[in-house]
Amino acid sequence: MNIFLDDATALVVVLPLLIAAIIAFIPSSRLAWFITIVTLVFHLSLSVELFQNFSSFGTIIYEFGNWPPPWGISFKLDGVNIGLQLLFSAFVLVTTIYSRKIFLSEIDPEDSGKAYSLWLLAIGSLNGIILTNDIFNLFVFLEISALSSISLISLGAGTNRKALLAAFNYLVIGAIGATFYVIGVGFAYAMTGTLNMNDLIIQLSQYSEGQLAIFAGMSFMLIGLMVKSAVFPLHLWLPPAYSYAPSAVSTLFAALATKAILIFFVRILYEVFSIYNGYLEIFLDYILLPLSLIAIFVGTIIAIYQNDIKKLLAYSSIAQIGYITLAFSINDNSGVLAGFVHIFNHALIKGGLFMAVGYLAISLNDRVTLESIEGYGQKYPITSYALLVCGLSLIGLPLTNGFISKLYIFQALYSNEMFLTIGLVALSSALAVIYFWKIVEKLFFSSKGYEATSEDPAIYIPIWIIALSIIYFGIFSSTIVEFSSIASESLILGGSN
Amino acid sequence: MTDFLYFWNHFAFVILMVSGLFIIITSQNYIKKIVGLAIFQTSVFVFFVSLAKIIDGTAPILNSVNNVYSNPLPHVLILTAIVVGVATSALGLAIVLQIYKNYGSVEENEIKKEELKENS
Amino acid sequence: MTNESLLILGLLTPLFAAFGSYCFKNNINVRDSFGVIGGVITFLISLKIFNGLQAEEQYVINLFTLFNGVDFLFNITPLGSIFSLVASSLWILASIYTVGYMRGAGEKNQTRFVIFYSIAIHAALAIAWSGNLLMLFIFYEILTFSTFPLVGHKQDAESQAAGRVYLSILVGTSLVLFLPAIFWVWLETGSLNFTPGGILEGKFPTEYLIFLVAMLVFGIGKAAIMPIHRWLPAAMVAPTPVSALLHAVAVVKAGVFSFLMVVVYIIGPDYLLQSKASNWLVWLSSFTILTASIIAISKDDLKARLAYSTISQLSYIILGAALATTFALKGASFHIITHALGKITLFFCAGAIYVTAHVKKISELGGLGFKTPMIFFAYTLGALSIIGVPPLIGSWSKLFLVIGSLEADFLFVAILLGISSLLNIYYLLQPVFIAFNKKNIKNINITKAPLTIWPPVITGVGCLFLFFFSNYFLNIINGVVA
Repeated sequence: MNIFLDDATALVVVLPLLIAAIIAFIPSSRLAWFITIVTLVFHLSLSVELFQNFSSFGTIIYEFGNWPPPWGISFKLDGVNIGLQLLFSAFVLVTTIYSRKIFLSEIDPEDSGKAYSLWLLAIGSLNGIILTNDIFNLFVFLEISALSSISLISLGAGTNRKALLAAFNYLVIGAIGATFYVIGVGFAYAMTGTLNMNDLIIQLSQYSEGQLAIFAGMSFMLIGLMVKSAVFPLHLWLPPAYSYAPSAVSTLFAALATKAILIFFVRILYEVFSIYNGYLEIFLDYILLPLSLIAIFVGTIIAIYQNDIKKLLAYSSIAQIGYITLAFSINDNSGVLAGFVHIFNHALIKGGLFMAVGYLAISLNDRVTLESIEGYGQKYPITSYALLVCGLSLIGLPLTNGFISKLYIFQALYSNEMFLTIGLVALSSALAVIYFWKIVEKLFFSSKGYEATSEDPAIYIPIWIIALSIIYFGIFSSTIVEFSSIASESLILGGSN
Repeated sequence: MTDFLYFWNHFAFVILMVSGLFIIITSQNYIKKIVGLAIFQTSVFVFFVSLAKIIDGTAPILNSVNNVYSNPLPHVLILTAIVVGVATSALGLAIVLQIYKNYGSVEENEIKKEELKENS
Repeated sequence: MTNESLLILGLLTPLFAAFGSYCFKNNINVRDSFGVIGGVITFLISLKIFNGLQAEEQYVINLFTLFNGVDFLFNITPLGSIFSLVASSLWILASIYTVGYMRGAGEKNQTRFVIFYSIAIHAALAIAWSGNLLMLFIFYEILTFSTFPLVGHKQDAESQAAGRVYLSILVGTSLVLFLPAIFWVWLETGSLNFTPGGILEGKFPTEYLIFLVAMLVFGIGKAAIMPIHRWLPAAMVAPTPVSALLHAVAVVKAGVFSFLMVVVYIIGPDYLLQSKASNWLVWLSSFTILTASIIAISKDDLKARLAYSTISQLSYIILGAALATTFALKGASFHIITHALGKITLFFCAGAIYVTAHVKKISELGGLGFKTPMIFFAYTLGALSIIGVPPLIGSWSKLFLVIGSLEADFLFVAILLGISSLLNIYYLLQPVFIAFNKKNIKNINITKAPLTIWPPVITGVGCLFLFFFSNYFLNIINGVVA
């Protein structure tokens, strides 16, 4: 057992990738699902083990093959990613339990076993994105996750052929983004001769502020990552991809995929870029901040006009990513803290929403639109009330975790005296009420009367786990805030914890 | 002028990259888009490899004759990137095949027309 | 019974009533009795707390910490005990009235109605007893959301549109202005607890206080000051028990109550008075009082007229808070009681007229007074109380407000209150004159619905009776100001 635990940092990534290869050859979809669950339970226990190691020994750097930094690839588990690692493990387990019935009805039954192979591939590579400490290795994981998620999205063609166009669109835009990122890596490597993050920071600090090649390289990297994490205006691939993918896939990606990449994005910003403070400030104040504000409003307003609910949620994701990048664009501890808080909270909120809508989708056997769900609050009360809880949290009402996010974002903006931005954020959160209430009105206050139908516990239990955790973290917010403050402190202050 | 000659690999890279992007954006045909994507990616690979070239350098084998050699690491990285690029193209073509099966066309404007008809 | 368990029981009783109504949804008599029983229990608890506070008892519950300096805290203030006493006592009558009205008018989905009615009362009580501004905000939002199904109860196009207006104004203003204002207070002072004398003085930049006051008065949309009053007339599509208890007592009073709480326990009346940050609000609320009265005259629909009268009367309380002198605050606090009693009587009567005679418009009331004299007797008492005629209870609060305005050197406000009373006489008593005009007698079929007639008579007589017992309330109101 000890042998495993020593390599836990690598295993959380390697294990899903390995099992993915095995599952591809298993004919029974039930067995494939079961193996996936077992793998992810093991994955979760590894993450907990990692967390315990982290809390007693601090940052863990895992060097593959014991090659020291400039030569070998290394993983790093520090304050920045420990929280996301735990959330990730727990969330993918819940989503996988939920995914079984969704895959059975949304994907061609012959493929539903093999889908778990892609599913694990996506999980392993996303975890790699969270942990890697090597800028080229990140590119590899980005591409594995992109390819596996594109395949998963295209599986949505079983119910709607538009999934294929969405997948193709994502493939082209995603590949361009990844290639931009590689160009940036090339520049950085040409200037420093290293790919390791820690080493890169040391090498870069030798250059004065005037090195154009480095700025060009960094800009390419940042733009590539912005494409991948759907920061406005590079978000166009996201809404169709999320809305036509099988619902379980939308859940996984909406909750975690963009978040994992955003974590690396802030690492580049605050660990590498902070060497050139002047350049960082220009990027944050004149590029990221305005783009985030536009994203918040454009995403919210487009969401208001959507009829298809999965599309509505996807556009709301654009706005929510806007809130996260808005918080990250505040160059101090409180801002980064708020960004991390919202990363955690929004993962839960949007995951829960997509799960609930996914269940409505398979019981409708059609697209979930505002018309088609009329009166479904009476037909499927358990799922609908979970959706209500998640939605209230999205608006940011007290006693839900969305409120905690809002509180910290306001606090960060306030301490930096950005009063106009506070007003805009408050206004946008009120606009969010409009699109959310359109759903609630159709669900619960429709003249169509239905008898309550029995619901599938295999689906509503995972949904309610998420919904209850939303309330729990809304009342006892200290867990999330602590993880976020560890993350922001180790980013901003560069502390080892 | 000497700058231009010295940095000619940069210019070749930019021309290739831009033409790749141009194809992706302008062509209506999905297969051509994949070709454009491949050109775009390849331009970056070529650039990477050319950066590692040192005049008169050889393969990094330690012997008494040669003491100037090219950095092997970019080649290794690009090998990985090429594999990724091939996988991307393969997956893209597989999706195009499925699109053809479902829509009967791989032309973007024809598919858009059909979608519009479906919606109306 | 300890004070804590008394408080918790009081908060939970409406929820139990809601749950009980849900469990017995097939037996309508049992279902509807839960409202009455719940009302009696909460009323007794509120009364005990009301008396307990005068005996210097403390009612505090601190469950857990939400974030730095803000706890999940209930702490009953004198002002809160007044509000809870009003809401719970009228809930008893309103739930009796609801039975008569809903069955008489043959409304659908009665179970849902009863359940959300009880939840709304729970939210109102929790607002009254909340210990800090964030708790108040939480239950303020719950009150909005729980009354939405009641406003859109008929589920036709008109009530759905009204529901949207209702929700978008109330939730919109609270999220855009009220919540940021709460954050602002918290960021400046590190606390949100209701403390006698306020928490802002010395910690808050006085030059910005005027913006805070503006954010609060417009953010608390339930106070219905112009131009944020549109939701109240829109909400009148709801069945009359909703208009009566919620949109004359619980919801709108929750709005002005929140603002009063902010002035008395967060900003602090002395600090507000010194800073002169609310002088503009005196003008705005005076404007609302006059304009709403004039609009009320032009309305022929009885409920719409009463709605605009409510807007006008709510601004009396805002005016009192804005003047912030001792007598003005006394008057504002007292006005919560007197207006609630008077206005619920009027709404009860409007509903009773609709159930018995199926008439909604004032111009069609002709001669109705002779057929249903009890209704119009109660109506007249309620109207006279709101106008401020002694010996009815409404005269006290108006008197205090006039004294308060003179105390603050706002002579024009005192004059304005007089003009407003004259307008009140016109638009509130006009229906009575039409109803008792022999020339206009029409043949109208009368349906008997005794359960809708007795509640307004009780509240109407209450307006008269309580005039002589005003000291009972004044003791505790003096505690608010001190």
